[in-house]
Amino acid sequence: MPKRPQPRFPEPNTEPYWNGVKERELRYPVCTVCDQVVFTPRMHCPACGARDLEWRTSSGEGTVYTFSVVRQNRMPGFIDLGAYSVAYIDLDEGFRLLSSVVGVDDPTRDIHIGQRVRVEFEEQEEGEYPIPVFRPV
Amino acid sequence: MNPERSASIVGISEYPLRLARGVSPMEIKVDCIRAALDDAGLRWSDIDAVYDAGDGEAGGGLQLSAYLGLRPSVIDTTQVGGSSYEFQAAHALRDIAAGKCRVAILSYGSTAASNRFAIGTGGLHRGGGGNWQANMEMPYGSTLIANYAMVKQRHMHEYGTTTEQLAGISVSTRRHAMRNPEAVKAMTDLEFVGVNEITAADVLESRIVADPLHLLECCMISDGGGAVVIASAEVARDARKPPVWIIGSGEATKYCENDGDITTSAGAQSGPEAFGHAGVRPDEVDIAMIYDSFSITVAVCLEDIGFCKKGEAGDFVAGGRLAFDQPGRLTLNTDGGGLSSNHPGMRGIFLLIEATRQLRGESTSQVPDARIALAHGNGGMLGSTHTGGTVILARD
Repeated sequence: MPKRPQPRFPEPNTEPYWNGVKERELRYPVCTVCDQVVFTPRMHCPACGARDLEWRTSSGEGTVYTFSVVRQNRMPGFIDLGAYSVAYIDLDEGFRLLSSVVGVDDPTRDIHIGQRVRVEFEEQEEGEYPIPVFRPV
Repeated sequence: MNPERSASIVGISEYPLRLARGVSPMEIKVDCIRAALDDAGLRWSDIDAVYDAGDGEAGGGLQLSAYLGLRPSVIDTTQVGGSSYEFQAAHALRDIAAGKCRVAILSYGSTAASNRFAIGTGGLHRGGGGNWQANMEMPYGSTLIANYAMVKQRHMHEYGTTTEQLAGISVSTRRHAMRNPEAVKAMTDLEFVGVNEITAADVLESRIVADPLHLLECCMISDGGGAVVIASAEVARDARKPPVWIIGSGEATKYCENDGDITTSAGAQSGPEAFGHAGVRPDEVDIAMIYDSFSITVAVCLEDIGFCKKGEAGDFVAGGRLAFDQPGRLTLNTDGGGLSSNHPGMRGIFLLIEATRQLRGESTSQVPDARIALAHGNGGMLGSTHTGGTVILARD
C-alpha cells in the first residue's frame, strides 16, 4: 500500500478539502460574491478578497494539463517507488490540482497532455486520509 | 536610453570555489564583501546599506548587520528566491536615488554542495507541511526538477519545442564554462562526468531526471557566494573601475492559477517593465544573463522578456547560437551559468556579477564592445509560485 505523506492539521485553508476527501469527495470553494473558483483552497477569494465562500463537490473528472515522471528523488516514502508521475489536472469545474496519474503500465509512455482522467481515492498504509489520484478514463 | 545615472555597480566578487569544505556560509559572505569593496576601492566603514536574502544563517537583516559590525541607514531583507538579488539591486537604485544611502552591499554565501543539500530532488516543502500549499502538494512527491519539467512538457506540447533545440542552451553555456578557469575547477571538484565541451547529442543521451528534463539540462549544486557593491554616482566617480549603471528594473510574481499558462513566467511582466524604465529595446542588449536553473527556465524567460516570440525559443537557442563567438546579436550566460559554473541555490547575484564583468571588459568570454547587459532572475518554482526580477545595466 502507498506511503504518501499525510496532510497536517490544524490548517484551516485546506481542512474542508481534506474532510471531503475522507468522505471520498473532491470539494472546492467558490466565491459567492464574484463567482471565482478558489483554488488552491484559501479562506478568502484571491480575486476580490471576500470571505464568503461556498464549498461545492466536483465530478472528479478532468484533463491532464501537464505532467512529469519523477525518476530520481531523495524523499522518504517515494524513494522505493520507481518512476512515478506528478501532474497538473484541470478539473471540469475549472480548478487546477497537483496530483498523480496512476494505473498505467509505464508512466513514461502512457500519460499525455489532454488525457481524460477521473479521480480515485488511494488508501494509504498510514494515516486517516486517502490521497486523491487520477486514472485515465 | 534612460539618462538617469543615480546608482552604479562599483564592486563585484564571486567566491572562487564551488566545493568549500569546512568553510561556513558567513565566511564566504565576509570574504566576498571584502573582495568586492577592494574591487571598488572602498572601505568596510563606507557601507551604509545592507541587503539580505536570509542566506548564510545570519538570522536576518539586523543580525547580519550586527555580525558585520555595520550601522546601516537602510536594511532591505527581500527574499523572493534566486532572483532576490535582482530585486535588491532595484531597491538599491531606489534607495540611493532617494538619498537614503550611498554604498549598498548585496552578499551571498552557501555551502549547499558540502551539506549534500538535495535542492532539486529532495522534494518540495521538506520537513514541513501544515500550510495551505504544502498540504496540497506533499502527498504527490513532486520535486523541484519535476516542477520545472512540467513547464518543459507543456512548452513542447504547445509549440513543438524539442530537447535537441533546448540543448543549445547547455551547449553554449558549457562552451563559456570551458573558457572560465573557475568553472572548470567547479566541474572538476564536483566530479562532473566529462569536463569538456558538449553537443546536443550529449544532452539527449544524458539520463532523464524528471521527464522530459535530462541531466545536462539541470544546473549543478555547488557551494559558493558573492558580493555586489552598488554606490551613488558621486561615489562611483571615484571608484577603482568604470561605472556600470543600473538604468532599469522590473519586479513581478506569478502563481499556479486555474486556467493559467504555465509556459509564461513572471518575466512577461518584469521584462517589459525593465525595458520601459531603461528606455532600451531587447535588440539593443549585448549580454543576457538569464537564471539557468534548467534549460526550460532560460527558454521561457527569453521569450517573456522579449528576445523572441512566445514559443520560438527553441529555434532561438538551437545549435548553441547564443555563444559569445556566434554571429547574431545576443550572447547568453558567458560565465558558464548555473548549468556549468555556479549554482549554490540562489544564483541571482552571479547574474549581476557577470553582467558587470562584460560591461567592464573583464569576462573570460568577452563580447567585444559590450554596452548593455540584462540580468534576469527567476526565483521560486517556474511551474508554480515564482518571481521574476529584471535589471538592465549600461556602461558610460
